[in-house]
Amino acid sequence: MRRYFLISIPYLWLVGLFLVPFAIVIKISLSDTVLSIPPYAPTLDFSNGWAGIVKFFDGLDFETFEFLASDDLYWKAYLSSLKIAFIATAMTLAVGYPVAYGMTRAAPEWRPTLMMLVILPFWTSFLIRVYAWMGILGQEGLINQLLLWLGFISEPLTILNTPTAVYIGIVYTYLPFMILPIYSALEKLDDTLLEAAEDLGCSRLGAFWLVTWPLSRNGIIAGSFLVFIPTLGEFVIPSLLGGSQTLMIGKVLWEEFFSNRDWPVASAVAVILLLILIIPIVLFQRNEQKQREAEG
Amino acid sequence: MAQVAVPKSVFAPWDDPSKAPLIQFKNVTKRFGDFVAIDNLTIDIYEREFFALLGPSGCGKTTMMRMLAGFERPTEGQILLGGQDIDATPPNLRSVNMMFQSYALFPHLSVWENIAFGLRRQKLPKDQIDERVNEMLRLTRLSKFARRKPHQISGGQRQRVALARSLARAPKLLLLDEPLGALDKKLRQETQFELMDIQEKTATTFVIVTHDQEEAMTVASRVAVMGEGLMAQVDTPERIYEAPNSVYVADFIGDVNIIEGRATQTGDQVNITWAEGQPDIIGNSPKTTFGNGDKIHFAIRPEKVSISAEQPTDTPNAFQGTILDIAYLGNISTYYVKMPSGQTIKAQTANTRRLSRRSFTWEDKVWVSFTTTAGVCLKD
Repeated sequence: MRRYFLISIPYLWLVGLFLVPFAIVIKISLSDTVLSIPPYAPTLDFSNGWAGIVKFFDGLDFETFEFLASDDLYWKAYLSSLKIAFIATAMTLAVGYPVAYGMTRAAPEWRPTLMMLVILPFWTSFLIRVYAWMGILGQEGLINQLLLWLGFISEPLTILNTPTAVYIGIVYTYLPFMILPIYSALEKLDDTLLEAAEDLGCSRLGAFWLVTWPLSRNGIIAGSFLVFIPTLGEFVIPSLLGGSQTLMIGKVLWEEFFSNRDWPVASAVAVILLLILIIPIVLFQRNEQKQREAEG
Repeated sequence: MAQVAVPKSVFAPWDDPSKAPLIQFKNVTKRFGDFVAIDNLTIDIYEREFFALLGPSGCGKTTMMRMLAGFERPTEGQILLGGQDIDATPPNLRSVNMMFQSYALFPHLSVWENIAFGLRRQKLPKDQIDERVNEMLRLTRLSKFARRKPHQISGGQRQRVALARSLARAPKLLLLDEPLGALDKKLRQETQFELMDIQEKTATTFVIVTHDQEEAMTVASRVAVMGEGLMAQVDTPERIYEAPNSVYVADFIGDVNIIEGRATQTGDQVNITWAEGQPDIIGNSPKTTFGNGDKIHFAIRPEKVSISAEQPTDTPNAFQGTILDIAYLGNISTYYVKMPSGQTIKAQTANTRRLSRRSFTWEDKVWVSFTTTAGVCLKD
């Protein structure tokens, strides 16, 4: 009995805070847009008894999804988001891996400090940090002022409101999520394995590719998913740093909700986004499970 | 013609001046900061030897091994392998392989791939690699486990994988760092003989680091007893045990009674005045000469001390005492006999009878005795 009680807590959490809201979103996505409050129809009306319920279900259809398929804005936004998320993840990995590797090579007494520095940005609001990047990247921003002062450029560069700014923002924001799992994988690595590889004829670089890299694979995969999954639906960074040039599905979704007040289409966009995310999430879970099995 | 029985020649290249050593340490010193790990050490190790470095932890034995593997470089002096100075050769280019104490098996590779790792680095053709790996698997009786990952096999099997992997490249010299430390006692004893067998079959020179003296004595052709960066004695196991050159070595290897006294030497015979009211111990020192009144340590192994109820007549070294304690170890018993002058002498006897018929018990007055050549006279 007690066992069931204990496992029921996470399930209740999941049902109450994920499944029920998601069912509501699905329901709205199947509704039609109307000018009323709420801005969709039909709504469930129990006062008419069974007939009311039948009428409610009759009112649901897949019109919004058909609309999404017919307008190329949406699938272009999905593809563009996937592309940006993919490239941004690769870039975060390229920056994060050397940082994590450097941390494990640092003297043990320095490691807590370095770890602290990685986590430190979380202590200020994410939104404030993104606004700070606007100040850094803008026409009159720090980067342009510095480059002008140094004489590398004669006219300010346009960085803000370009995809470059979005990539900078994503790499900056999600870097800790990449560093931490890679660091924890590399920290577990036994140095004698590298000595053994060298002893068996590897150069230092060879030992890195044949031993360090494959043994940090789980950290790389975990970090990549932790960056890729939230980046795919990212809204704040493209809308603040990307300007009108950057097409990302999170921004489209926001506009459908708040600018067009088209709740059914916005809900349909969200449902498809979630379906796309299920694949990497399942892969991520499987990676975690495999790792636990290997360690257990 | 009558056939003359030729005695099987004893493996002792260190006594043969025509043999060139495989490894030479020449005045090697290794310092870590202020700490001297190896202090001006000179030693020769010969081909096909099973050479044991024995010593307490922190005596520099692992440092010596790591210098041979190439992970550390001597601060001063030279290390020669086959006559060549190897100081500038990085570990991956030395014909030396090492079996690590932790085994250091690659967890992401199967047993087969672990063994093939070094061969692949040599860029050998695939069929040669296959053949060599299979040979190693047979040698270490691991063929059944070739596809398993290291975490799927037992500790003893892992130990054999580590051995197979380090032997696969057929190194001139194999270094074994506490190779049996992680195994339980029974498995360790079996594995010792397996190691000797493999060493003989592959005709490789083995250098083993261990702190377990029994292990060193069992496997090694020669044992180097180390203490604080110095070689205390380098010799065959029998000579290390029977003729230690210092109190340190005598005390480190096995159980021993050390009796302090003053020497009076006539020829080879040494009279040792060791306690008030006791007759002198008559010892034998053919090599070391003691001046009259010199301080002397008489070292005698407990198993060479007999214990009897009556005074024995066949040796002058017989002293009466009281049994203070008995350590019963099953196969043998050690009697702690307290002399009237205060010293305790340990005597060991094999328990050939059942315990209930044991001849001596606590507080019994007994005689301990030993022959004049049973002990070793040491200066310090």
